[in-house]
Amino acid sequence: MSAPLLWIVVPFLGGVLILLLLRERYSAWAGGALSAVLALIALIFPIDTALLLGTVSLKISPSIQFFGRSFEFAKADGPLLAIIYGVAALWFFGTEASGTANRFVSLGLMIVSLLTASIAVEPFLFAALLLEIAAMLVIPLLVPMYQKPGRGVVRFLIYQTLAMPFILFSGWMLAGVEASPGDLGTTTQAGTMLGLGFAFLLAVFPLYNWIPMLMEESSPYATGFLLWALPTFTVVFALGFLDRYTWLRTTPQLASAIQFAGIVMVASGGIFASLQRHIGRMLGYATIAETGLLILIMGLRSSEIVNLTFLILIPRGLALAVWALALSIIKRKSYSLLFSEVQGLARSYPITVAALILAHLSMAGFPLLAGFPARLAIWQELAGQSLSTTVWVFVGMLGLLVAAIRTLAVFVMVEEQKWGINESWVQIAMLGLGVIGLFILGMFPQILQPFLADLPSLFNRLGQ
Amino acid sequence: MLSDTISWIAVGMILATSTTILINRDWRISLGALAVQYVSVFWLVSRHLPFVMGSVKLIAGWMVVAALGMTRLGLTDLDNEKEDTFWPRGQWFRLILIFIVALVTAGATSRIESAIPGLGFPVIAGGLLLIGTGVVHLGVTSDLLRVTLGLLTMLAGFEIIYAAVESSILVTGFLALTNLGLGIVGSYLLVAGSTPLESEEEL
Repeated sequence: MSAPLLWIVVPFLGGVLILLLLRERYSAWAGGALSAVLALIALIFPIDTALLLGTVSLKISPSIQFFGRSFEFAKADGPLLAIIYGVAALWFFGTEASGTANRFVSLGLMIVSLLTASIAVEPFLFAALLLEIAAMLVIPLLVPMYQKPGRGVVRFLIYQTLAMPFILFSGWMLAGVEASPGDLGTTTQAGTMLGLGFAFLLAVFPLYNWIPMLMEESSPYATGFLLWALPTFTVVFALGFLDRYTWLRTTPQLASAIQFAGIVMVASGGIFASLQRHIGRMLGYATIAETGLLILIMGLRSSEIVNLTFLILIPRGLALAVWALALSIIKRKSYSLLFSEVQGLARSYPITVAALILAHLSMAGFPLLAGFPARLAIWQELAGQSLSTTVWVFVGMLGLLVAAIRTLAVFVMVEEQKWGINESWVQIAMLGLGVIGLFILGMFPQILQPFLADLPSLFNRLGQ
Repeated sequence: MLSDTISWIAVGMILATSTTILINRDWRISLGALAVQYVSVFWLVSRHLPFVMGSVKLIAGWMVVAALGMTRLGLTDLDNEKEDTFWPRGQWFRLILIFIVALVTAGATSRIESAIPGLGFPVIAGGLLLIGTGVVHLGVTSDLLRVTLGLLTMLAGFEIIYAAVESSILVTGFLALTNLGLGIVGSYLLVAGSTPLESEEEL
């Protein structure tokens, strides 16, 4: 068995089979179980290493040829695959609790497999095409057949499609830059193209207006999944560029530009989140702020870029899943996520509200929660490099904290009403597990060490 | 010599078809123009790619046109005919935009040819015209069919130029898949909302 077959073709076919054969009721468990098994295999069986099980020798070969190009996973990709499919399993198990519309699991599996293929494809810049195809597969998740598409989904499609040509062209130009590094004109053009491509992909300010729009007009769970999946793989793709092209890492102007984009996103995301009256839009702005943090890390002059990035990405997947699940449950109850519609819900849906607030606080970097260790590490790095940047990041996080406190105030704002638990047992179980996960990752971040230890070897030059 | 002449005719056709798509409000004429546009794209792509790989783009393009046409034909909803509220939206305004795109193309073509020798003037001009009109189209409309047409036009222009620098079969396949995907997604978005909600579970 080859690794690309196992982690790309199998989940894709799994998604197709679930779409065609299984009812929605079973699809959550089937998709979640398949993802969990793939995550476990990635964790237990090292790629390209023979394992002797009794008399049977097992080896997962690293690559496969496809139309003259190769898809390959290195041994160091194992923890990354485990993280990806582990977090995907959480999302798929949560679909039943969220009551998400049909096709989530099947399309989700196909999307994750395509995004995984984007990590494996060689030359790696072809990943832009796979990201675009995955983005198109997201559309049916965001717009059910009975709903008119809004402006957010159209903008999302436009921006993702515009990103692809910029990245493909810049990849071709970067090869030219490598051949003649002294050519300032080509270097500037390639850098600009690359920057524009990633600005569209990562929804850098001011191109992030589709995120809050989508949170308003689409299912929060589907949008949450999109906001987890696409930026995660795009960041891995971007790290590949930084690792591959030395001048991208060593040009001070480029590092400053990346940092500036990150700061603007963190600060504006946090400030705008604190001003919202729609709890879905708040999630949108929180993800914008967190994507800003990831961009900021890429601009750091540090050997810890890879560690810091994955230290954010893992809790982000969990916090977003919990937050989006809680929003879905609330939306099924109140049909709207406006403050005026969700007042007092803490008394009728206490577990959902508690999970939502804890996930929100985690993304704001509140102590003891999953997001805290990553933010602490980032502040430690930033403090040594730029005080003003640190202050702006603090402003962004403060904005998220204010948003969380406002949300909590709205949830408990009610005249006398009896307390009661109206969540189903599946919802309680999923939210409970998520919240426990948030606390475990916050209090014992060292449990991520087995995953993080090998990841820097994926980007050898970045760690130097 | 003859192929150069045909290439310039293809560029002329691209200018004509992209102008038609941008200015004309009848979806049938727009889709017809898109189908003709793909013939020009096929010719310009074939300047650098083998005939078979070029024909993949033509067939994929025509499939997209067919998908969009059949979807639009099945829609009776008059909402889809409503005009954009974007201002200004007159034909003269769009003509001026096309003129600006043509001017920029004329100015940039020789510079790009000197920066990347061997692409060929018609290939660059055709590619830039399509990218420019595609982006302009995206800027002046919010209608779903027109957004899809704008994206397809922009992508076609990119494919013409990228074909000159990358001849991988995998990339050609993925780009064809992207075109088909855009057509299907466009069709899906056009019909979305016209299907009634069937059960509470779908909420």
